[in-house]
Amino acid sequence: MSAAPPSPAVVLAAEGLARHYTVSLGFLRPKATVRAVDGVSFTLERGRTLAVVGESGCGKSTLARQVTMIEPPTAGTLRIGGLDVAHADTAARRALRRQVQMVFQNPFASLNPRKKIGHALEEPLAINTSLGRAEREERARAMMARVGLRPEHHQRYPHMFSGGQRQRIAIARALMLQPDIVVADEPVSALDVSIQAQVLNLLMDLQEETRVAYVFISHNLAVVELIADDVLVMYLGKVVEHAAKRELFDRPRHPYTRALLASTPRIDRAARRQRQVLGGELPSPLHPPPGCAFHKRCPHAQARCAAEVPLLRTPEDGLTSGRVACHFAEAIAKLPAP
Amino acid sequence: MALLDVQDLTVEFGPEASPFKAVDGVSFAVDAGEVVGIVGESGSGKSVTALALMGLVDAPGRVRASRLAFDGRDVLAMRERERRAMLGRDIAMIFQDPMSSLNPCFTVEHQLAETLRIHEGGSRRALRARALELLRAVEIPDAERRLEAYPHQLSGGMSQRVMVAMAIACNPRLLIADEPTTALDVTIQAQMLALLLKLQRERGMGMVLITHDLGVVAEVARRVMVMYAGQVVETAPVPDIFAAPHHPYTEALLAALPEHNIGRRRLRSMPGVVPGALDRPSGCLLAPRCAYAQPRCVAQRPALDGVEGAQVRCFFPLRSRAVETTR
Repeated sequence: MSAAPPSPAVVLAAEGLARHYTVSLGFLRPKATVRAVDGVSFTLERGRTLAVVGESGCGKSTLARQVTMIEPPTAGTLRIGGLDVAHADTAARRALRRQVQMVFQNPFASLNPRKKIGHALEEPLAINTSLGRAEREERARAMMARVGLRPEHHQRYPHMFSGGQRQRIAIARALMLQPDIVVADEPVSALDVSIQAQVLNLLMDLQEETRVAYVFISHNLAVVELIADDVLVMYLGKVVEHAAKRELFDRPRHPYTRALLASTPRIDRAARRQRQVLGGELPSPLHPPPGCAFHKRCPHAQARCAAEVPLLRTPEDGLTSGRVACHFAEAIAKLPAP
Repeated sequence: MALLDVQDLTVEFGPEASPFKAVDGVSFAVDAGEVVGIVGESGSGKSVTALALMGLVDAPGRVRASRLAFDGRDVLAMRERERRAMLGRDIAMIFQDPMSSLNPCFTVEHQLAETLRIHEGGSRRALRARALELLRAVEIPDAERRLEAYPHQLSGGMSQRVMVAMAIACNPRLLIADEPTTALDVTIQAQMLALLLKLQRERGMGMVLITHDLGVVAEVARRVMVMYAGQVVETAPVPDIFAAPHHPYTEALLAALPEHNIGRRRLRSMPGVVPGALDRPSGCLLAPRCAYAQPRCVAQRPALDGVEGAQVRCFFPLRSRAVETTR
């Protein structure tokens, strides 16, 4: 590839990343392919946050599995810290894994109930470093203080903690190896509003201190508007819009982004968006509609949308540096904000 | 006269001597055709309130109330048979998780017809026709085919529509919806709220909408009741409560919402967590987390005070403080 040399600040770069699954539809029936992630490209710089937004089944969690190297991509390249994951040898891959850590959605399922918190935090160090026991404990205690846990929590089991505290533990565990990238898959959606605010503040504080980059997966646009630098909107495995946060929220270009914004319940009557309820549901990924995958639910769809797959492109009106996969992105940008 | 009148509802668990009050003296009323929202975080007692209304709190839980009346009839004095005939017919409920609320072993038609058969009866053909009509009422496309479907063949949104169809099967006068949209995607959530409101208006049902999402309440309810650790801390009409909350908890909840923090470096958050069974303070339940707490708040527990429809459980409600500071 003859692309420009990546800037040293870029910690994660995906190009045409795809993950397809072959699924059996039953005995003696031909196998089908699900394109869970299809041609996703982005770059993420140190200390920044990329939010991945979409509804269930859009491929955002599959994308997380690629980025965290749990599964190899079917096609495309993934570079972590400038190194191509597909061509790295075992030792290099081991080193790369330390650079990418994950925080899961459900803090009640992501901690081993039989391990004390201290043990859970020290385990990554025991496996990946040659630090002695005392040193590991010291680091674990320092990290606990940093995420707002008390020293006595070191000897406690997960069931003794509330959801918000468990998520703090999960975040602490992800940061133990000082990774460059943390993939957070819906990290606050299982938490109550007052606790959600605490955890979001913690995530932002830690980013400021450590310059870690977040891939922040969420379906909640209000949270994304607060925490993200860039936003990637996915629909049925494809990126439909990718733009800087302010651009995306001020002037959404894709009808699906507009629909997401319009569907989010808001409190302020003045700011209340004109509710335009989107009909239909996400089509089956086994039989995606021809043309634009969104055209059957799209209020702006025309004949062309059913025939021709829109490419992800930068709109020609020069108003944005973002990319949109819609034939009518320029016209839709002129509509009043939803 | 109110459709539903609840006075001093209490649900207790644990030993008689030192009970844990999951719901502590909750009073409210719902008129016909009115939507009342109940808002709170986990552990606030909002779901247990709904379960108690539906008679679904099993022993060893204890439900008490000084008055529980539906349509002027005293539910507490009713005989068991009478009460069971009323629940599900006149008062229906929708639960949060549609996937686990439907029986995976039976078709949609079977489950819909079951409700109708028990409360109304009729021939198989008549029941099928009614079931079909209900699926159309909840806007399920291709309704004939869906009758034969099993729950695993339905998406989350479709399952929730089936649950709504089941709830409205006997034309209830009151619908209790416990987090009806929480498990759904945001575009499907908007569809579901629009559908519930449409059915509620068409049929003139009273509706109790239980949710943790203040945005949902703002869009749907006319009155709202905020709960904290089993108690009602504030009741108010809907646009007002968002513009001028009187209880520090309501204010803090609103301030913690991401949409109210756009452009700020950090969210305004409330320290601590909702107290559990063992650590409920003896004074005001919010006192340890409250930014305005005074010595009196730690020593005494405030009562719900104010006029009907706009009450607040606080010694120093926010409006009066604002007045003092301007003097």
